[in-house]
Amino acid sequence: MTTPLFAIGPAPLEVERVAVAAAGAAGTESGADGAVVTFLGLVRNHNVGRRVRYLEYEAYEPLALKAFERIAAEIHERWPSARLAVHHRIGRLEIGEASIAIVVRSPHRGDAYAACRYAIERVKQIAPIWKREFFDGGDVWIEGATANPDDERARAEAERVACA
Amino acid sequence: MRVTVRLFARLRDIAGASELSRDLAAGATIGDVWRQLTREFPDFAGYERSISTAVNADYARMDRVVADGDEVAFLPPVSGGSCVEGTNVYDGHRRG
Repeated sequence: MTTPLFAIGPAPLEVERVAVAAAGAAGTESGADGAVVTFLGLVRNHNVGRRVRYLEYEAYEPLALKAFERIAAEIHERWPSARLAVHHRIGRLEIGEASIAIVVRSPHRGDAYAACRYAIERVKQIAPIWKREFFDGGDVWIEGATANPDDERARAEAERVACA
Repeated sequence: MRVTVRLFARLRDIAGASELSRDLAAGATIGDVWRQLTREFPDFAGYERSISTAVNADYARMDRVVADGDEVAFLPPVSGGSCVEGTNVYDGHRRG
């Protein structure tokens, strides 16, 4: 079975599979890419002074997948030769496990690095995915920024960070 | 008419369910669904300004009229992100 470009599920992430998916993205000319940038987001053992035990992620999957597709379209506009693949894990994740794998391929490394950074910033802004932190002494839903996907200021901020 | 309500994260905890069915009068909006839920679950009220809303897995505004069989989702603020501990990358707009 072909690995999809965008996926959400409970299975451990395999960055190689995400990379293969990105290699098969529409618009890829075989041999034309000179760079693959991967990003893995890991569960950290500390957050704002708390000792984290594990995290639980949940997603509104159909809308989150649409958010990934939207981010891919934004990247296509800004970096036309870059292609994106994103897999996000949900459920219980232990310290050190990967919650998200992002792969960007491009003919040149500059675009691949920038588009990869842009992708993670945008996922954090607009993908309906929540995490619950279980720490020593309790648990809390991490509620952060809520960005309207059409908010150009948020998008511009992600682009600023990506190109810094 | 009847709609399915999807709840996530803390809203799901407050309601004790990830999915609910609710009967509504014809012409009801997402806002009407929200107000009905807020009467049932008073702790929802604090989310009035920060939730996003969707119908059938597409973002929609509170004044959107819902139809029989629609899936109405209430989405609390997403996890956000910090590239430096304790700082949000983007302190975003809230959806009305």
